[in-house]
Amino acid sequence: MDTAIYIKGLTKSFGKLDVLSGVDLSVERGTMLALLGPNGAGKTTIVRILSTLLQPDGGEVIVGGFNVVNEADEVRHIIGLTGQYAAIDDYLTGRQNLEMMGRLYHLSKKDSKDRAQQLLEQFALVDASQRIAKTYSGGMRRRLDLAASLVATPPILFLDEPTTGLDPRSRLAMWEVIENLKRAGATILLTTQYLEEADKLADRIAVIDHGTVIAEGTANELKAKVGNEQLVIIVQKDLLKRAQEAMGAGAHVDENENSVSIPVTSGVSDVRKALESLERANITVESLSLHKPTLDDVFLKLTGHEAEDKKAE
Amino acid sequence: MNTDFKPMGQVTPLKRSKFFWAVHDSWVLTLRSLRHILTNKDQLLGLAIQPIMFMLLFRYVFGGAIETGSTTYVNFLVAGILIQMAAFGALTTSLSIAADLQRGIVERIKSLPTISSALMTGHVIADLARNLLSSTILIFVAFLVGFRPTATFLEWIYIVGLLFLFTFAISWLSAIMGLIAKTVEAVQWMGFFFVFPLTFASSAFVPTKGMPWALRLFAENQPVTHVIEAMRSLMVGTPMGNHALLSVIWFIGTILVAVPVAAYLFRKS
Repeated sequence: MDTAIYIKGLTKSFGKLDVLSGVDLSVERGTMLALLGPNGAGKTTIVRILSTLLQPDGGEVIVGGFNVVNEADEVRHIIGLTGQYAAIDDYLTGRQNLEMMGRLYHLSKKDSKDRAQQLLEQFALVDASQRIAKTYSGGMRRRLDLAASLVATPPILFLDEPTTGLDPRSRLAMWEVIENLKRAGATILLTTQYLEEADKLADRIAVIDHGTVIAEGTANELKAKVGNEQLVIIVQKDLLKRAQEAMGAGAHVDENENSVSIPVTSGVSDVRKALESLERANITVESLSLHKPTLDDVFLKLTGHEAEDKKAE
Repeated sequence: MNTDFKPMGQVTPLKRSKFFWAVHDSWVLTLRSLRHILTNKDQLLGLAIQPIMFMLLFRYVFGGAIETGSTTYVNFLVAGILIQMAAFGALTTSLSIAADLQRGIVERIKSLPTISSALMTGHVIADLARNLLSSTILIFVAFLVGFRPTATFLEWIYIVGLLFLFTFAISWLSAIMGLIAKTVEAVQWMGFFFVFPLTFASSAFVPTKGMPWALRLFAENQPVTHVIEAMRSLMVGTPMGNHALLSVIWFIGTILVAVPVAAYLFRKS
């Protein structure tokens, strides 16, 4: 495998504010990396540097074999960018938007027309193709925006929060589109605040906070960092203390949730043992569940604070 | 949804010279801005109504009260309104650029192999087209309410040339304003701040001789007055002086400064 995106020691500050303080990342050709982090972590700044919109202060950034600083023109020919908000022209029709993008990518007139038609079909926009984009729904606008970034069939795509602000149905449709792009062989760097999105779509995930990559790996590798599966039981508040004693060393009490949890290291037998000792101690268990670590846990563990989208969601 | 996304590399960009692409990209983006005139119904309505309103209001509200010497007020007025409309119309360039910045369109175009400042050229040329449209309507209405020019065919060509030169210059200045303002809201107050004093503190609507001396000094020597006086002289035979020469110098100078400044600010934005 070869490397499509390579970032080494990338730094960027705006005035006194260090937005990126030494980012290292690489993305293999034909794979998808999700940059996961809260607002202000530096995700968009990385995307803007990768897409030649912003000059890095320091470090090395190579996209498709070209340096973003002194080979910006070459980079622009092989990338597609979808920003955080749909950058389409409200007063052109969907078709005109796509044809114009083709011309601006310096495709021939005929190629521009053909690509517009193909993309309208792929993104289920044929029926709306003669209407001006101002009349489109939020989901349609995002699809048109993504389509616009694909006009020149760029092998490397940057999707900056492609589903932020979409309703659940449009989000699912967008995920499907992105998975198809991946299947077709595109190298994709996706930024997201949604842990679920990174988990579902990406091959690898880089967790970014305050301008540095604080963890990188597959979703499973990241989850493994947080530890094992947990058995979580809920009991009456006044029984919490006794339940903790009964479940033995390593039991963790959460007083807000009225829950006691223990790590499950040797499978079912751990669970049986815990339940038996609770029964012996005559403690009524109101509910129990097995908790697999989520990326939320990863974030909490790695950064000491929760991913900020929790509140917004 | 069709799940068949063909892999990469089936279309290839054309290879041409840098100059070719500069012209090509400007043309593509000019087409874009011209289409806006037709699809943006509110804008189109404004373009049609504004000249009619201006002409009728000034003609009948001020017409009886202002002494314009040798020529009638309506004859005096047309050159002033043409220039004022061009100045206000050019604000559309600021608004369009601010909107493109706000909506991420500038960003997107900069990430393409496009000569990105062609985006501004597109807006400026569309501005000329809009101006041609509203000026034609204005002249038509002016004839209906008593405008009787003495200009020959050749003089009309000079008039149109001066109007285009002014519009082009002011439109590039507006492009700069759009890049500095960055938001549609900021363009609105900046527009009032610059365009109102420049067009009203001039000989557009009233002769300057009744103004207090400081204002009069400004009004008689600022470029907007020069172009208005030059056009008025060509239209209805008021004294020409050196107004035409000074307008040409002012506005060619403006273009020579404004275009590179706009291109620089655009690259930095």
